[in-house]
Amino acid sequence: MTVSHNLDGAALDLELKALLADVLGLDPEQAQAFGPDTGLFGHLPELDSMAVAGLLTEMEDRLGIVIEDDDVDGEMLETYGALRAFAEAKLGGR
Amino acid sequence: MFTWTPPAADGTPARDELLVAFDRGRDLRLLVCPAWFDEANKLRRFTIEVMRRLDRAGVDCLLPDLPGCNESLAPLTEQTLQGWRTAMAAAAEALCATHVLAIRAGALVAPPDLPGWHYAPQSGPKLLRGMIRARTIAAREAGLAETSEELMAEGRKAGLTLSGWAIGPALFSALESAEPVLAPGQSELAQSVIGGPGLWLRAEPDEDAGQADRLAARIVQSLAGAPA
Repeated sequence: MTVSHNLDGAALDLELKALLADVLGLDPEQAQAFGPDTGLFGHLPELDSMAVAGLLTEMEDRLGIVIEDDDVDGEMLETYGALRAFAEAKLGGR
Repeated sequence: MFTWTPPAADGTPARDELLVAFDRGRDLRLLVCPAWFDEANKLRRFTIEVMRRLDRAGVDCLLPDLPGCNESLAPLTEQTLQGWRTAMAAAAEALCATHVLAIRAGALVAPPDLPGWHYAPQSGPKLLRGMIRARTIAAREAGLAETSEELMAEGRKAGLTLSGWAIGPALFSALESAEPVLAPGQSELAQSVIGGPGLWLRAEPDEDAGQADRLAARIVQSLAGAPA
């Protein structure tokens, strides 16, 4: 597993989109089209709680962060922009 | 489809367990220890696809169910980590396996006396963490407050149903510290070696012929004496 400790905004964006592509079975190009308002949990039927759990666990591995219960709420998972902002805050807060 | 009969535990009658096998009585006989729980569903087709390729390459492949999983009639809640290890070792012996391919958490129960491979091995704590997290997310959506800590405590004490799998307290507790260990003659095949995204990550079960080709090819090369 690659743990990227110095992700800048663009690199984090690439990593997160690649991860979503892996989870959703998309081509990387399709995931690159995700914008801040692209809906995730609650919008994509295949993204159920099990898939989200897998996504978060993989984020921990790939980004080198720890995600606590209290971090996870509907808002943070609702859009791509919110998920990215969450990851940025976690990376910045270490 | 075939069956094999595990040895009877104390006082309980042995039950036949189902087995998917490509068995043509060849010299190389690979026991496949499947992925667990939700990952088992997501990787089932991939697992069989790898077995088909190995069959074509001259390797017999034997995929037993873990007792309590898949077609097994044994109750899942009564299963233990040690019980699964014993079952896989018994399957290896009954089926005359010469090698083992363990997939994800299957590595936790791979018979240590067989040479072989751990494909993208998964640890017990990570397996539990993912399943517990799925449950807390679903609970939150349903307006219930469940914390990971409470769920872990409940799992240790009374067992816990995670993603539909009723895991007993003994298995739950054992998984909290279970790490895959490579026995002599066994080596790890990481997902980065196979290439592409791990299919267990996929929200829906999927397949990937290229990954199946590459995993089977690695095993065939390794059996032919090339370094894994």
